[in-house]
Amino acid sequence: MTITERVETPDVTPDQRGRRPRLIGINGPSLERIALPMTFLFVIVLFSVLRPQTFPTSANVSSILSSQAVLVVLTLGILGPLIVGDLDISAAAVAGLSAMLVVILTANHHMNFVLAVVISLGCACLIGLVNGILAAVMGLDTLIVTLGTGSLATGITAWISNNNTITGLAPTLVKIVVTDQLWGVSVEFYYGLALCLIVFYLLRYTPLGRRMLIVGQAREVARLSGINVNRVRIGSLVFCSAMAGLAGILYAGTSGAASATGGAELLLPAYAAAFLGATTITPGRFNAFGALIAVYFLATGITGLQLLGAQNYVQQIFYGVALLLAVTVSSVIRRTPKPAGP
Amino acid sequence: MEATDSRSSALTVDPSDHVPGGHPLLLRARDITKQYGGTRALDGAELEVRAGEIHGLLGENGSGKSTFIKVLAGVVAPDAGSLKLFDDDVSFPLAPGESHRRGLRFVHQSLGLIPSLDIAENLLVERFALARRSGYIDWRRFYDDAAELLDRYGLKLDPRRPLAELAPIDRSLVAIVRAVATGTEPDHSAAPRLLVLDEPTVFLPRGEVARIFDMLRGLVASGAGVLFVSHRMDEVREYTDRVTVLRDGRNAGTRVTAEVDDSALVRLIVGSQVTPSSAGLELADEHNATVVEVTGFASKSLRHVDLSVRSGEIVGLTGLAGSGYEEILYGLFGAHTQATGTLNLHGRELALRKHTPRAAIAAGIALIPADRLRDGVSGTATVEENLTLNVVGSFFRTMLLRRRELRRRAGELARDYRVRPPNVNLTVDCLSGGNQQKVLLAKWLVGEPSLILLHEPTQGVDVGARADIAGFLQRLASSGASIVIASAEYEQLASLCTRVVIFRDGRASSVLEREDVTKERILSECLRGSAQFAGDQEGGSS
Repeated sequence: MTITERVETPDVTPDQRGRRPRLIGINGPSLERIALPMTFLFVIVLFSVLRPQTFPTSANVSSILSSQAVLVVLTLGILGPLIVGDLDISAAAVAGLSAMLVVILTANHHMNFVLAVVISLGCACLIGLVNGILAAVMGLDTLIVTLGTGSLATGITAWISNNNTITGLAPTLVKIVVTDQLWGVSVEFYYGLALCLIVFYLLRYTPLGRRMLIVGQAREVARLSGINVNRVRIGSLVFCSAMAGLAGILYAGTSGAASATGGAELLLPAYAAAFLGATTITPGRFNAFGALIAVYFLATGITGLQLLGAQNYVQQIFYGVALLLAVTVSSVIRRTPKPAGP
Repeated sequence: MEATDSRSSALTVDPSDHVPGGHPLLLRARDITKQYGGTRALDGAELEVRAGEIHGLLGENGSGKSTFIKVLAGVVAPDAGSLKLFDDDVSFPLAPGESHRRGLRFVHQSLGLIPSLDIAENLLVERFALARRSGYIDWRRFYDDAAELLDRYGLKLDPRRPLAELAPIDRSLVAIVRAVATGTEPDHSAAPRLLVLDEPTVFLPRGEVARIFDMLRGLVASGAGVLFVSHRMDEVREYTDRVTVLRDGRNAGTRVTAEVDDSALVRLIVGSQVTPSSAGLELADEHNATVVEVTGFASKSLRHVDLSVRSGEIVGLTGLAGSGYEEILYGLFGAHTQATGTLNLHGRELALRKHTPRAAIAAGIALIPADRLRDGVSGTATVEENLTLNVVGSFFRTMLLRRRELRRRAGELARDYRVRPPNVNLTVDCLSGGNQQKVLLAKWLVGEPSLILLHEPTQGVDVGARADIAGFLQRLASSGASIVIASAEYEQLASLCTRVVIFRDGRASSVLEREDVTKERILSECLRGSAQFAGDQEGGSS
């Protein structure tokens, strides 16, 4: 409730507190803004010097760009709930379910691929709606709610696939996801790029972006400013699931198949990228292009390490370290010196 | 009615104390001084408490009561002063837990109980913390001990009942029993000798407060002392033996309660300085139409309140802490789910039961809440994002948010409302309290509301910003807006409002208008025990 008991006149006027000024936006600290892109460049140069025959090749570049489209879309999806202050950890499982659905519907039931895509996305949105209603309307903890719905989606995926990898996705879908190329890169890369532009636009060039920000930063302020907080939160969770559904379809399109546990391995990289992306472009804020750069930075680093002979587990280590580093850096950016109180 | 000479009695405890039969001194604090930055919270405060008495400590907000209690508890180290507890001289700063070890016990307004635990667990919570011997708890003995404790203090409560089920009065009693029992070894080696109650009655129904004092009487009869800190003059008068009044961090006087009347106490509390009244304000509202009519307002602590405000009028709402006067603001804005009643604003009827902030904003209402950083502005968002939140929609044209125009508008607002520094890219939490408040005001006033509701608009705001804010409000009123301010800062109400409504026991108990709106009158109306004192107050101060 908004009624709070009145307290006695404060002993210290806030004016006396020493606070480090913090800027956000065009005048933001420029070193923070370019730290990640500079590191990215450094990593590219480093691996190009170390592995000149394999790393800086068009095949490698094309492979990195197209293979990460799924992760880009998923990361853009979780940005929505993150901005409004919710953690959706069901997204990867929803992507796996959506991938499985689209494969089964087209391969086993010979359904038209457009209809299959629509049904898959519809199911994904439904899960997002359930998340939203439980979290916003019922007031449950989003983390726990999405832990539950995520497990539910994973279970359904295993169930409908009989715990098998299902192959035989509609060839048209494979064609328009991965086979078609533009300037030597599979079209799925451009899908990710387009979605990134749309999310960027929504966050930066619509009032909705501003309102989402306030909902995430100060929910009570948002409510008292007439913002329908529940609607914004539900909308963000549905958006996240819809994007996860799209990511799943790209995932299926890329491999032409879906595995019973597919998608789960994407959750951590998506969060690592989202948090790492929040340290750049507009430091301290989750943002679309920051997320895009972070996804490709992480993928480039991993590819480079693998070319140097690293084993597969380097992925987990790299993503884990990146996530920890990113949240540490964000926290340092955000931290303001506490007043030396009486 | 004799005027009390406050200066001469300020530094010495009134020698005319005749506490029954030379009871031993429990506490003597002298010359306690504490400075925070430029303000002196305590400036040579003095206090004596003797065994066998309930000693009242009165004073307005900011008189230094809280700081004084914190000094006794060892939370705040004073800059100077001496303290004698029982027979020992105690040197500052107090070590952690020292006042407790010496037999002082504190019950604060918030009580410090855990609602999800049962009574016994709350009473004996320290046993969990201090269970050194083993991890084993003898539950039967645990509940037997709790029952024995409750019984000793005459509480007929089942120790297994969850605290959350208890009435507020019983919670207070449990908190007092816990304070008295905590740290008391079976051999009474560390028995409490002085109990300090810091406004424990604020949220209690008046009729039930007597039960607390029955318990306290039993306590002092056994040789302990009680220091009772309160805002409520009637309780202090009814239940204490002596009373000490703090004003501006000094002892304004100590009196035997039975020998002092209400008006003398009020004078001790506010001092005899003349404060400005609103009589000099331009009364532009004299012939203006009534545009705001609230009828049958009810909420958590209010019932059947009617209120009308003319256009161009600034109305104050006040009362003691806990009287709930601020609920009207939140109710009229739709932020308070329990509010009922109707609001007629410029001829439009609104049912408050189904009211929402969204509808309130659409109707032209603005709310400046007291808890600035939780309800008012987002500290981690920038000045621009906060300033333009309510109007950002109008900058969205042909599918694009006009960011440059938005920034320019925010810059203009920051300049008009004198936000320092005038950089709209700063996050709000690095501004001072006064500038945060200006951002909050500008955010709401940019929508040109016709009814502006403000709750403690200058809380935590420095003097310069206070003057700015007062200026904004007066300009708004003269342009025809209706303004309602809920505040406990009587001086500020006196200087801004042409009418002040005082709330008591859930109702609007009295109204002061025009030249009657002075700090003294507001305070004495707030403190007035009941209607029976009406008429014996001085009409405005000399």
